[in-house]
Amino acid sequence: MADYGKIEKAAKTRKTVFSTITYILLIFWAVIVLFPFYWMILTSVKSYGAYNSEYIPAFFTRSPTLQNYADAFTAVPLGRYFANTVIFTIVTTAVMIVVITLAAFAFARLDFRGKNIAFILFLSLMMIPNELVIITNFVTITNLNMRNTFSGLILPSVTSVFYIYLLKENFEQIPDSLYYAAKVDGTSDLKYLLRVMIPISKPTLITITILKVIECWNSYVWPRLITDDENYFLVSNGIQEIRENGFGRENIPAMMAAVVVISLPLIILFLIFRKKVMAGVSRGGTKG
Amino acid sequence: MMKIRLTESNLKGWLYLLPAILFLGFFMVYPLVDVFIYSFEEGYNSASQTYFGVGGYNYSYVLHDPYFLQAVKNTFILVMITVPLSTGIALLISVALSSIKPLRELFQTIYFLPYVTNTLAVGLVFMILFKKTAYTDGLVNLFISWFGAGSVDFIEGPYWAKMFVLCFYTIWVVMPFKILILTSALSSVNQVYYNAAKVDGTSKFRTFMRITLPMISPMIFYLVITGFIGAFKAYSDAVALFGTNLNAAEMNTIVGYVYDMLYGDSGGYPSYASAAAIILFSIVLTITCINLLISKKKVHY
Amino acid sequence: MEVVLRNLTKKFPGRDRKKREDVIAVNDFNFVIPDGKLIGLLGPSGCGKSTTLNLISGLLKPTSGRIFFGGDDVTDLPPENRGIGLVFQNYALYPHLTVKQNILFPLQNLKGKDKLSKREMLEKANEAARLVQIEELMESKPAELSGGQQQRVAIARALVKMPMVLLLDEPLSNLDARLRLQTREEIRRIQRKTGITTIFVTHDQEEAMSISDMIVVMKDGIVQQIGKPQEVYDSPVNLFVARFLGTPPINLFEGRAKDNQLYIGEDAVLRVKGIADQEVFVGIRPEGFILQENGPLCCALGGVEVMGRDISVVSQNKASLSQSIRAIVGAEHLEKIGKTYAAGYGEKGPDGDRAMETPVRFALNPHKVFLFDKETEERIIFEEYV
Repeated sequence: MADYGKIEKAAKTRKTVFSTITYILLIFWAVIVLFPFYWMILTSVKSYGAYNSEYIPAFFTRSPTLQNYADAFTAVPLGRYFANTVIFTIVTTAVMIVVITLAAFAFARLDFRGKNIAFILFLSLMMIPNELVIITNFVTITNLNMRNTFSGLILPSVTSVFYIYLLKENFEQIPDSLYYAAKVDGTSDLKYLLRVMIPISKPTLITITILKVIECWNSYVWPRLITDDENYFLVSNGIQEIRENGFGRENIPAMMAAVVVISLPLIILFLIFRKKVMAGVSRGGTKG
Repeated sequence: MMKIRLTESNLKGWLYLLPAILFLGFFMVYPLVDVFIYSFEEGYNSASQTYFGVGGYNYSYVLHDPYFLQAVKNTFILVMITVPLSTGIALLISVALSSIKPLRELFQTIYFLPYVTNTLAVGLVFMILFKKTAYTDGLVNLFISWFGAGSVDFIEGPYWAKMFVLCFYTIWVVMPFKILILTSALSSVNQVYYNAAKVDGTSKFRTFMRITLPMISPMIFYLVITGFIGAFKAYSDAVALFGTNLNAAEMNTIVGYVYDMLYGDSGGYPSYASAAAIILFSIVLTITCINLLISKKKVHY
Repeated sequence: MEVVLRNLTKKFPGRDRKKREDVIAVNDFNFVIPDGKLIGLLGPSGCGKSTTLNLISGLLKPTSGRIFFGGDDVTDLPPENRGIGLVFQNYALYPHLTVKQNILFPLQNLKGKDKLSKREMLEKANEAARLVQIEELMESKPAELSGGQQQRVAIARALVKMPMVLLLDEPLSNLDARLRLQTREEIRRIQRKTGITTIFVTHDQEEAMSISDMIVVMKDGIVQQIGKPQEVYDSPVNLFVARFLGTPPINLFEGRAKDNQLYIGEDAVLRVKGIADQEVFVGIRPEGFILQENGPLCCALGGVEVMGRDISVVSQNKASLSQSIRAIVGAEHLEKIGKTYAAGYGEKGPDGDRAMETPVRFALNPHKVFLFDKETEERIIFEEYV
């Protein structure tokens, strides 16, 4: 009997030690993840003078200021970058949703000669890395004189084979009988798509939209290649421009204010749609 | 069941596909063919769109370009350090995460944050944390000094210091995806196996090695493969930390080299860019194939 | 509306790549469905009954043959112009729409002169809902309803356009046993009330027999027999129909006709007239057995199952095509047969040592005995010996 007590006690101790170590590890990583965010917010509210006088950086500030945010919008065209990115993101995502919905519908619901071959060809396009085709696209857009235009920015990224695939899979889960029922009632294919398939697949469409918005908001490489006029910069290029030429280079608090402004929309979006974003990403999104 | 065909014409289906086909054809299929053509056109001039001849000179030029070799070296170091480290740490964190109940959602949410942040923007924060300027040694150097070591400039200083920051930031950026995939893999392992192991008195460590790890090995393998592919394409992390002139910082990556050849101060050479891009993807393809071969022996499906 | 199928044939391309033989799902159907009747298309799975329904609905186009609705050739009309309502096996309710929106859906597709005002649509939807008694569910989503309620909504949606012909595909197969009974009466009631020609498909013979005005028994794409349920049951044209209808199923024996006498094994069980001497299959309905101490058919008693009103006597016979024979007799025989049974098996019951076979003897009701040709399996009609 006494032995059981001992074993029980030992097991309990071991469990406590284990869970303490576990929490320490988890908290440690949480600090590493969160610290840059904390630092950027902290720095963005330090005044320029205060920041530059801290040889040893301070972990908090007693006199927060919003002056840096004002500077971020006035000294550099952050507002313009922001607006550009919003336009770019909305238009790209909207056009893409239309394009992929039509394609997914054709693959999932319509019968036509060559469908299977077309689908296999589409799938094989999924393996083509963006970096390989970007060279020609750059030359094409340049030759078409579409550098520094929204069309040049948007057009190459309005189709995604992966999202077509994702949506097609989703469409195919809708029972055939719904389609036949609609046909008996004289519903046209397009109307069936709009009135039945899209509403039923709304969760997937929302997931795709969110993932595409994240992708657009953070896109850097293509916009960098295709724009050199500040009027068409997106936030990623804008922040790079600010870093290299803005604020007389050393106004770090103002830079951090810009970084906060740029990061905030997606973080808010994520916190609202947390479950959807995470489910969507685990279904097949790698960053970039 | 029988298949009911209702569409009368073949045209309709193709009509619905048309937008996708046009965009994909113009921005993916054509460029894919074209990039190979570019890579063999010697002395292509982007202004006049003329070239002298056809051959392997572009490849030879790229392979002898010290900047390219530097980029290859950097990329390989980055891949070899970040892929195993990030997968390992992610596994550790995921296991820890799976073993707790309270606060789990909170931790998961926090860990995912880097995924939704702009690489360029947060990279700037990292730069500030690590950078040593005339006014301040930076926060990281402050920590280092607590342990009595001398300060280092991680951004414009010695090669390995810069490489360290690059690897650190890369891991920070790729972690959310890996943690997410591994936690969902762990939670999908049937509890029955654990109960069986517990009844048999199997130790926690042994349970992990003999049950958990084999069960989630397909997912780990998936992460390694995507990790390799992703790390080989590294670019924006480096730009975020060291600025656009990566060659000067000795921190260029292969993808960075491709873009520099295409555009920018040293740009205007799509042929060299194409050759470099094709070399990159031959490397990625080879490594992916090797991975697949290894996995056939090691991974339990 | 009268529905006429004339030489209706549907072939599907063979699925096997090597032999490109077409599968004939519906082979040369000819029948007339009278106006205002409830018709059951009955057969085992793969017999072509669903294909027939889909041909009538217009979802499938026939390979050859014509379909007429009340004299009009509708073969080339698309489904929506045929004036049909179709209820699917899984109901096919739109999950994102409420019951009301589901019922309104067909009406919103009407164009041109058929277009209805919002108020008219609502009126019609309410009327259809009232007919199937789901008025109080109008604002629910399909997922919140039970199977039976979903079924009613599906019927309401099919009825709201006032179709000339209502088609139901396995309407009861997704319901549990209790609901099935209730729903089939409901379908009968609605059909009676609206007077719409209704065709439904089922593999369940009991279901078809219980509510249909007429049943069409099908096998391998060929119509076997058409008629009123009782007629088909009482007078099957071939072995397949005889076996397919009836629970418990018909009992089959090897038998032979010789000198106006029908033999099962060595027993001369029935006197028959007008039939040549030949080997036959003998089918006897369970209710065709009469317990009789000196009856001509001798079987080995295997057990008794009590069913309340009736009892089922289970026995064996060497000439039987199945392991056991099932005879349904009135419950008043229970006591006697129970004694016989106990005497044969002693206290130990059937699991004990089988000292002797307990014989049980039956006489046969000639109306419940059918003879079939051994080759063609067609029915051989015999005259009763009086």
